[in-house]
Amino acid sequence: MHNLPPDIWQPVWLTIELAAITTIILLIVGTPIAWWLSRSRAAWKEGVAAVVAMPLVLPPTVLGFYLLVLMGPDGPGGALASLWGGRTLAFTFGGLVFGSVIYSMPFVVQPIRNAFDAIGDRPLEVAATLRASPLKAFWTVAVPLARPGFLAGAVLGFAHTVGEFGIVLMIGGNIPGSTKVLSVAIYDYVETSQWREANILAGGMAAFAFVVILTMMMLEKRTARIRG
Amino acid sequence: MTDESSSSTLRRHALKHVLKLALFGAVAVGLSAGQAFAASTNVAVAANFTEAAKEIAAAFQKKTGHEAVLSFGSSGQFFTQINQDAPFQVFLSADSARPQKLEESPLGVKGSRFTYAVGKLVLWSKSPGVVKGEETLKEAKFAKLSICNPTAAPYGAAAVETMQALKLDAELKPKLVEGANITQAYQFVQTGNAEVGFVALSQVINDKDGSRWMVPQTLYKPITQDAVLLKKGEANVAAKAFIDFLKGPEARAIIEKYGYEPGKVS
Repeated sequence: MHNLPPDIWQPVWLTIELAAITTIILLIVGTPIAWWLSRSRAAWKEGVAAVVAMPLVLPPTVLGFYLLVLMGPDGPGGALASLWGGRTLAFTFGGLVFGSVIYSMPFVVQPIRNAFDAIGDRPLEVAATLRASPLKAFWTVAVPLARPGFLAGAVLGFAHTVGEFGIVLMIGGNIPGSTKVLSVAIYDYVETSQWREANILAGGMAAFAFVVILTMMMLEKRTARIRG
Repeated sequence: MTDESSSSTLRRHALKHVLKLALFGAVAVGLSAGQAFAASTNVAVAANFTEAAKEIAAAFQKKTGHEAVLSFGSSGQFFTQINQDAPFQVFLSADSARPQKLEESPLGVKGSRFTYAVGKLVLWSKSPGVVKGEETLKEAKFAKLSICNPTAAPYGAAAVETMQALKLDAELKPKLVEGANITQAYQFVQTGNAEVGFVALSQVINDKDGSRWMVPQTLYKPITQDAVLLKKGEANVAAKAFIDFLKGPEARAIIEKYGYEPGKVS
């Protein structure tokens, strides 16, 4: 492995860091959303569900474009950044985390919601007759039963953040150690005809994707057994 | 009598039909000949030349009837794609090194390379009064300065050369943000996410607001933008006609209008 640029691994670590932080935030933010989507009888529920699912359909360039405008000095992002003396949320690691949370949201919320749906009302009603408070019932009954959903959501959210390209290209600014993530580094190597480096990183990504999909399929099999 | 008249009307009818057929035939032959004459060619265009290329393609079609189908991207990206058998017939690069490599390889047509434009670098801000001159770079009262990828795009390389010539490269490095191509570097400034940026003069030439500094040509190597005919276009009349048109006075006037120096035609 000689003659490789010394900084070839930096985007790898940065990407793992970004994906890990994004996944943790999404588990915290996504769980109440998934719970509400599963239990609420509000008429506008499916509207919210559609908004959450939109990144599945939208090209990343659409999200990247809006994020670039929203994060800039004339948007809410700029107002937020001015709190600590900044002008923009673009070109920062925090900005990438924000963009990734939006982009990967459906991949985390959907599996958790499905798992909550699968439990049904019955176990929680039983918990209530045993005098469990709704919060306690949620933690001791719903969450353990929905565990495969949480696992699937975490794996998919992590994987999709790792694979993200269009958004980071548009709002990142390709800053080494801060916004130059794996997919952008590969793009750079291809553009400058550094094929060996591109091959190493892209090959690693392909292997990673294979492992993720295999894991997901095994998880699904287990969920099916639990339900059966 | 009746026989004779009926046979003559029959003859007249037959004659009419023959004439009609002949007319149809002539029109059909004319149409298909016209179609064969009006060909189409795929042209890969460096992102900085986008606006000028669109206008040139329109003028080209009006004059010759041929169509130039344009694709825009960074020169590095196109170079890689052409090496992978992309269906481009003409390549308008933002540099001269890549067309030269193609010309020397079996992918390009030998002797077809020429400089179609010499690009100019500007330091630009969308707000008036921000960019005054090189002192704007020295004072560095901005958080972000956008450039395009210096290894993939010549305008990025020229920006780096400029900062090096002013001995400001180390100082400005933490403030740099990089677009994948010149369009993105411009976008960062346009959306205000970066206060200033190094862009192509052609991008901001019609922008009356904002402020700019024309970087003196002494600070960076001239950005000679070369075109090359690719092997895939060697047999295409439209590809060759497009190259001829690009060298002609009409195209050169458009090129100048967009802030480039037209190349010297040998």
